[in-house]
Amino acid sequence: MNRSAISLTVNGAATTLEAEPRTHLADLLRGGMLLTGTHLGCEHGVCGACTVELDGAPARSCITHAGACDGASVRTIEGFAEDAVMAALRAAFTAEHALQCGYCTPGMLITARDVVLRLPEADEARVREEMAGNLCRCTGYRGIVRAVLRVLEQRRSAAAVA
Amino acid sequence: MKPAAFTYARPADWPEALALLGGGARAQAGGQSLGPMMNLRLAQPGAVADLRHLPGFAGVTVTGATCRIGAGTTHAAIEDGAVPGLLGRILAGVARRIAYRAVRNRGTIGGSFSHADPAADWVAVLPVFMGEAIAFGPAGERRIPLDGFLRGLFETALAPDELLRAIELPLLPAGTRWGHWKFCRKPGEFSKATACVLAVPGAPVRAVLAALDTPPLVIADAGALLLAAPEAEAARIVAGLGPLEPWRAALARTALQRAGLAAREDA
Ligand SMILES: Cc1cc2nc3c(=O)[nH]c(=O)nc-3n(C[C@H](O)[C@H](O)[C@H](O)COP(=O)(O)OP(=O)(O)OC[C@H]3O[C@@H](n4cnc5c(N)ncnc54)[C@H](O)[C@@H]3O)c2cc1C
Ligand code: FES
Ligand code: FES
Repeated sequence: MNRSAISLTVNGAATTLEAEPRTHLADLLRGGMLLTGTHLGCEHGVCGACTVELDGAPARSCITHAGACDGASVRTIEGFAEDAVMAALRAAFTAEHALQCGYCTPGMLITARDVVLRLPEADEARVREEMAGNLCRCTGYRGIVRAVLRVLEQRRSAAAVA
Repeated sequence: MKPAAFTYARPADWPEALALLGGGARAQAGGQSLGPMMNLRLAQPGAVADLRHLPGFAGVTVTGATCRIGAGTTHAAIEDGAVPGLLGRILAGVARRIAYRAVRNRGTIGGSFSHADPAADWVAVLPVFMGEAIAFGPAGERRIPLDGFLRGLFETALAPDELLRAIELPLLPAGTRWGHWKFCRKPGEFSKATACVLAVPGAPVRAVLAALDTPPLVIADAGALLLAAPEAEAARIVAGLGPLEPWRAALARTALQRAGLAAREDA
């Protein structure tokens, strides 16, 4: 076993973990740091359940391995507890019934937050396109799309008033 | 779904990267194809050389009428306008249809082109441009025309001891028209048939037909696709490909027609 020291900043705190280079980031977070909010579905990049923020942008934590993450900054769903945009998304997901079992939800929220911040003018078609990389087996997506649109609209009307 | 064990190295410069390659290491850029392949154990490299920290790996520079795109430039950077002008607008539209944003944030244009998946989006589009791939090997840089880079399925003109360093594309003059059609049933999926048509003023119209489980077909004089009724030309091109399942041939013909129509209508 060739374990080596991997330095990461996770949710703002610097940490060093011993890991094999082949360990993927999701296992490092879940097993090494007990940050189990990051979920694993397909483990090959398709389902989006494992999406985290890596160096400031959403990324699949299942196909990025520990070696490549050395020195990186990671923000998991736990790291958004105090984030205002995430709070609005959580409330909208509740109001619009955007989850049932919740397995896809951490990845959905991280993707949705990026959409809201990066594409403030997004309409329903664009939201559907942007959320297409996150699979949900429960909801049928309508509630999720409505929740993201709800936050986009809240932010647009807040900007119009300001 | 965990990869086989490997050692990891992060070369600080290009010669060091080549030395690792010479020692049997597998190059890794964004890891967005290699990562899944390693998890599925379709690839089991004993050593990985991570190219992401090489000087000049990512980034776009324009010199005269040529745009040089570092192999490590991500799909997302291109989607967000890293390439200037009309060329940039075209490439941004292609990039936006690759996979999903979380994959585009890591996946690179050079990784995709080197991987040479016949269904990949850059594979289906880059050969339409009169550009070059810049390879870097023990003897230094070597230029490979883009329409000769892809040699087969998952096979390129790169030698085993070479890396792809950059893609160079000519900037496009005003009046250039462009059409692109990717058939996939869900956004972000790999294509089932892709066509693109590029009409640069004063030059022959070029087209590419791709994602048919064969290397891309470059059509060097595709002017007939810009006619009001491109059906006959599309059918002629597809018939020349040899046997295809009927549904696939229909997708291929339709992709060509729609790309032609889009180019015709492109202001
Ligand atoms: C869920 C999902 C959906 C996807 N959908 C699409 C899609 O619709 N269309 C599409 O085009 N792609 C798609 N992809 C693939 C994605 O675009 C990858 O980013 C791309 O294929 C590979 O780029 P990379 O930088 O990640 O390369 P890597 O995965 O790091 O490397 C790929 C291969 O190229 C080699 N390589 C990498 N860089 C170099 C270099 N500079 N020189 C020489 N060899 C090199 C590696 O050794 C490896 O063999 C998808 C990926 C995923 C996970
Ligand atoms: S677990 Fe990472 S994308 Fe499915
Ligand atoms: S809520 Fe169950 S998978 Fe989305």
